[in-house]
Amino acid sequence: MKIIILGNGVSGITAARYIRKLSDHEITVISDEADYFFSRTALMYVFMGHMRRKDVQPYEDWFWDKNRIALLRDRVSHIDFEAKTLQTAHGKSIAYDKLILAVGSQSNKFGWPGQDLDGVHGLYRWQDLEAMERHSRGLNRAVIVGGGLIGIEMAEMFHSRHIPVTFLVRESSFWDIVLPPQESAMINRHINEHGIGLRLQTELKEILPGENGKCRAITTSTGETIPCGFVGLTAGVSPNVGFLKNTALDINRGILVNEYLETNQPDVYAIGDCAEIRQPQPGRRSIEAVWYTGRMMGETVAHTICRQATAYNPGIWFNSAKFFDIEYQVYGDIQPREPETRASLYWEHAEGKKSIRLAYDRHSGAVTGFNLMGIRYRHEVCEKWLHAGTQIEEVLPNLGLANFDPEFFPQHESELVAEYNRQTGKNLVVKRKRGLPAVLQFLNKQHSSS
Amino acid sequence: MQNESLSISVPSPAYTSAKQKIAIALAGIGILLVLVVWAAGRVVAPVPISLAALGFVLAGVLVFVREEYLKYPEGIKNNGAWFRGLTARGVWGWLLGVLITGFYVCLYWFPQYLAGLIQLFDPFSRLLRDRAADQWFVYGAFYTAAVLFMGIKFIYKYRHNPYQRLRTFSVMFFQLGFAFLIPGLLLRLQHPEIYFTYFWPLSYYQGTPMAYQGYSGSGLGTFFFFFGLAMFFIGTPILTYFFGKRWYCSWVCGCGGLAETAGDPFRHLSDKSLTAWKIERWMIHSILAFVVLMTALLWINVATGKSIFQEYSQLFYKMYSFAIGSVFSGVVGVGFYPLLGSRVWCRFGCPMAAWLGIWQKKKSKFRITVNGGQCISCGNCSTYCEMGIDVRAYAQKGQDVVRASCVGCGICSAVCPRGVLRLEGANSHPPAFLSRTL
Ligand SMILES: Cc1cc2nc3c(=O)[nH]c(=O)nc-3n(C[C@H](O)[C@H](O)[C@H](O)COP(=O)(O)OP(=O)(O)OC[C@H]3O[C@@H](n4cnc5c(N)ncnc54)[C@H](O)[C@@H]3O)c2cc1C
Ligand code: SF4
Ligand code: SF4
Repeated sequence: MKIIILGNGVSGITAARYIRKLSDHEITVISDEADYFFSRTALMYVFMGHMRRKDVQPYEDWFWDKNRIALLRDRVSHIDFEAKTLQTAHGKSIAYDKLILAVGSQSNKFGWPGQDLDGVHGLYRWQDLEAMERHSRGLNRAVIVGGGLIGIEMAEMFHSRHIPVTFLVRESSFWDIVLPPQESAMINRHINEHGIGLRLQTELKEILPGENGKCRAITTSTGETIPCGFVGLTAGVSPNVGFLKNTALDINRGILVNEYLETNQPDVYAIGDCAEIRQPQPGRRSIEAVWYTGRMMGETVAHTICRQATAYNPGIWFNSAKFFDIEYQVYGDIQPREPETRASLYWEHAEGKKSIRLAYDRHSGAVTGFNLMGIRYRHEVCEKWLHAGTQIEEVLPNLGLANFDPEFFPQHESELVAEYNRQTGKNLVVKRKRGLPAVLQFLNKQHSSS
Repeated sequence: MQNESLSISVPSPAYTSAKQKIAIALAGIGILLVLVVWAAGRVVAPVPISLAALGFVLAGVLVFVREEYLKYPEGIKNNGAWFRGLTARGVWGWLLGVLITGFYVCLYWFPQYLAGLIQLFDPFSRLLRDRAADQWFVYGAFYTAAVLFMGIKFIYKYRHNPYQRLRTFSVMFFQLGFAFLIPGLLLRLQHPEIYFTYFWPLSYYQGTPMAYQGYSGSGLGTFFFFFGLAMFFIGTPILTYFFGKRWYCSWVCGCGGLAETAGDPFRHLSDKSLTAWKIERWMIHSILAFVVLMTALLWINVATGKSIFQEYSQLFYKMYSFAIGSVFSGVVGVGFYPLLGSRVWCRFGCPMAAWLGIWQKKKSKFRITVNGGQCISCGNCSTYCEMGIDVRAYAQKGQDVVRASCVGCGICSAVCPRGVLRLEGANSHPPAFLSRTL
């Protein structure tokens, strides 16, 4: 059987690897972006000089031959689903028995005047990184538009090169559509601490052209004109499905798939950023443009193709990021404003760079989410508690188990518990400290009882 | 300078700020003073000049710390590591490599060319040891200064990380105390010069009959001889079982101490390829086998009245001390820091590391656990692993890292931007996250 995978990002490559593990099918991976798979998540570190291109490629170059995964650098311009063939920009016609669409996302552009000028870029593809590099020489200022995860990464990137950065954020506080107010305020402070010009409640109005079609400055909704040689457009991403529109493929925002990641076309699957799940599991969204979902979908689709139909099951939501120097982790459901039915227990370190938040159901007491800033928590432990709907008063005394910070780091769980005691008049104490032996005991016990 | 980072241009040269340049210039003056004395072959006023040299270097380090670390919020400080010539095998890196290599060549084979430096440190030697300096004292002094000064830098670089601070404090303490002051004081007190933190087979001489005979008449020496053997046969397995080889390699050992401090700016230069791992396993175990065989032959000679293997074993010993003891551990091991990274010797050569590694791999609680599905395969952990372990290959599979070579420096865990890695101890490991997702 001949399997074509369109896209060599994490989802396509994971699918290829697992198909190879499970079968002897012929595999070809096509990409127009790069010869070899690299970690998109690490683009910023290449720009900042932490790593080279080679270092962000998780597999050595011999890996592909050895595993009989053929790589083709070309752009697919058209797909004929009836004839089961792809047309490429280089004029090749390629037939498939099974096709996996793993075409990823693209940066959003909202029709701003001047958005196509030279020096205006998103950050998604390797070529965007090269563009940033080209424009960085002698750059007077970079303006970043859009206060999300990629925006703050771009701010950090330019900042690392001592290039002044202005950061326009539409919301009244950084990423407050996801982060609760205290955490969001913490990141505002941290951005300012790094000397980034953070402009909250400020939108881009227009990008002004200079010589040779280059951008010269921007104007904002607050009436400011900011001279800048580079504008970073980081107002989110959306599925990269433009070239598939007006085909027989069923597309909404992304490529629509069922729980087996099958599209409406026979033998065609979609995974990763470009897939839109018709009926997502409770607590999950239909499009989730994050690394691990791509990886999980790749693994799942490989099983479906090589073994028996396997439903995509991402489990309980989790994610992580890093805002300059502050790490962020979330497990379960944390809302920027929790609904009335939920309580939110929050502790913040006096220095304002670490916090722990637990959300729980007021009525049943079941813990519903963990939000961490500057502190690491262990995925498996949080997941067990969330999965079992464990009571807040059972979680709190054992909360040390979840701590995943390195040895000798202070543990702050008792401070969170003191806050709970203060609010409720209870008298809970933290009984467990972090450490693998206790965690293993806990995980095994839960296993056998569930 | 060739830029290996991006396929395109060299990033803006604004990488080094004016104040950083001042810092480098200050340290440079100190180093230049030493170079002048080295080249001149003699020195007029050793005390002021040596103090000035040390003072300038220290001042440079402190200014650098202030400009590079303290002015910014605490966090990971790897910006530009692959852009700067010094840390990315550029011209400065090569020059530094040649300089250190040259020093080692003189040290081992042409000490007459170190006459100026020996004079420079003579007053210190008399103060500490009550005897004239020799090239080994000069070496010890440089070594200790490097560990201390660069240790200070490292502590500030990782000021947010208690594990890194403590560990660095520990190697500084052991270097200054056990590898410099105590051996010197022992000499002053007419005892043998004992380095309590170097055991056979890293210190290959310590296990030989020559060492044993050399200690005869000294209770302390004889004690140390057996202490060293006990550390090898009993101490290493027990301590490694509980803590992993890090109890030695990144907390106590002097070679490790230098790598973790002076070598830290070069840690990303280690080779991560599978080929390098294969060479490593083959090489380090061969060297351990060689040292064991060599030592055994020497003892058989003694037991059999110095007859059968006499010539061969002495030849082996000479070969080993030339090829491994001098060329590998010194010239290549340290001289090539700016080219091959900071742990070349520890990874490919050290027989003690091989022995610790066998125990770490086969019988130890130590492991690096992976935090569920949080890994984003970015590669920071692998890049900054000085032992060239492809940590990411484990992390992205959700698999514990259990590797003979891991020295437990904890840098992979520190640089991971997603909080994925933790050094810890237990006899088994959490269920692999990824296998549970299906
Ligand atoms: C800067 C940045 C930082 C990020 N950080 C994080 C993070 O910290 N954590 C996290 O969870 N997620 C992060 N993400 C998101 C994450 O990287 C994506 O979710 C993930 O890479 C998507 O993988 P994918 O395989 O679905 O698609 P992609 O990686 O986008 O791969 C799709 C590939 O298909 C190719 N392709 C598309 N169409 C065609 C065609 N017609 N012909 C040929 N080739 C084609 C594309 O060129 C591309 O190479 C980040 C994203 C960016 C841009
Ligand atoms: S794996 Fe981590 S702890 Fe071990 S040597 Fe490498 S960086 Fe250090
Ligand atoms: S540094 Fe962390 S996130 Fe990056 S590859 Fe290593 S374990 Fe994964």
